Amino acid sequence: MTPNNRIRWIAKPAVWVLCLAPLGVLVWRIVNQDLTANPAEFMNRYLGEWALRILWLALAVTPLRIITSWNQAIRFRRLLGLFAFFYVTLHVSSYVVADQCFDWLAIWNDIIKRTYITLGMGALVILVALALTSWGAMVKRLGGKNWIRLHRGVYIAGVCAAIHFIMMRKGFQIEPLIYAGILAALLATRLGPILKKRQAQKLRT
Amino acid sequence: MLIQARKKSDVLSSEITLHSVFMRRREFLRAAAATSAAAAIGPFMLSDPAMAGMKLPNVQKTKWTRESLGKDDDLTPLKDVTTYNNFYEFGTGKGDPARKSKDFKTKPWTVVVDGECEKPGRYSFEDLIKPHELQERVYRFRCVEAWSMVIPWVGVPLADIIKRLGPTGNAKYVAFETLVDPAQMPGQKYAILKWPYREGLRMDEAMNPLTLMAVGLYGEELPNQNGAPIRLVTPWKYGFKSIKSIVRISFTEKQPPTSWNMSASREYGFYSNVNPLVNHPRWSQAKERRLGGPTNVFGFVPKRPTLMFNGYEEEVAAMYKGMNLARNY
Repeated sequence: MTPNNRIRWIAKPAVWVLCLAPLGVLVWRIVNQDLTANPAEFMNRYLGEWALRILWLALAVTPLRIITSWNQAIRFRRLLGLFAFFYVTLHVSSYVVADQCFDWLAIWNDIIKRTYITLGMGALVILVALALTSWGAMVKRLGGKNWIRLHRGVYIAGVCAAIHFIMMRKGFQIEPLIYAGILAALLATRLGPILKKRQAQKLRT
Repeated sequence: MLIQARKKSDVLSSEITLHSVFMRRREFLRAAAATSAAAAIGPFMLSDPAMAGMKLPNVQKTKWTRESLGKDDDLTPLKDVTTYNNFYEFGTGKGDPARKSKDFKTKPWTVVVDGECEKPGRYSFEDLIKPHELQERVYRFRCVEAWSMVIPWVGVPLADIIKRLGPTGNAKYVAFETLVDPAQMPGQKYAILKWPYREGLRMDEAMNPLTLMAVGLYGEELPNQNGAPIRLVTPWKYGFKSIKSIVRISFTEKQPPTSWNMSASREYGFYSNVNPLVNHPRWSQAKERRLGGPTNVFGFVPKRPTLMFNGYEEEVAAMYKGMNLARNY
């Protein structure tokens, strides 16, 4: 099998299965009524955690490429990004449906009054824009440079999501800080090539 | 080990003639000692912690029954009450306390009483509770996180305990502390809050008839994850005021520090009365989710409006007359 086919028929399907597994577990738990005493809260937090993890995986693609020089890694980036968006959509839906029960006034109040929800919604808006422009034809329509600039928004979305998670917890809790630390590390690895490029440019001029 | 309850066959002194008493005085003395020891042990087993969850006998019903609450205030199932807990000493997950407190040692238990009172000292759990009649109180419980339950507590009015301890005129507040023992309470290895967990009440709040020192729920001894062996219950305040696993009661002149206020003073005040009109900075307090309650078509629980003072306005509003509750949150 060619490397290309290996990715197409084995690796990518494997990623599909792995990314759908958390949802599968959740459906299983819904069927078995195993959602703790507070089903709405449990589902929402569960979906949010997986949205974060998969988004971090999408953000790990480029660092992986930088560190291993395996350029084919880039072929998983859109898949992971869209799966992250998928879980974000479910996470927000569970908030609208199960938590607020379509109380749009209460939702609006939350968005404008509670900072961590403002940040969450900000991340959502960015990810919607990225999802809508995620396929090849959009690159042509927007123009390569513009597309790249727009999709750099994922860094802002990641930071908003990390702060959203930190602000949600009570007291001083380590777990959200670990997520933030991982994000910082993922963003930092990108600095390597950028700094090298700048240095190279400086040396040429 | 079984309860040494008084058996019907025990001989009462009134049934024995003077001569018999005199002739059998050693037997009589032994029997009297056995029954008074049994009365001293009373409803509590001086057995190993594995006996936790044993039924509490002689629990008196009070006016605070299920019927005294609203038609939508069904009792929260025991499973939910004992597996959905905020007890950060055992971890910050809702399921952590149930999982990680299994070996928590609650017997023997000592409560230190100090400060502005006439009878300070080290009180065993039995010393503190034994002289009082156990009562069942079915109360609403409202967490600051906007979920709530209805729990049938078993305990003793705090006012009755306080009266025995003899607070002086300088005692304006009652302060409480929870045990610190990171070996048993793994959450305390992290500085989630500054340990020990501290709480406090104004003296009139502590003496309010509603305030309960709970030693059980659903007719049984408190499960470890619910704050065994002894905890506070103040149903008109957010749940974090109901401090668990109490090891110290102090009578103070000045308002005592409280853990959540120390952690985030803008979010958690000393009073923390349930108030739908005063929002938490990060979320609204106007509504709450009743756990274990009736579900809608999707199997989820729609939110319900939060009641002023958690529905105990009649019993407690007078204590806060004239106070700006938005400032004294």
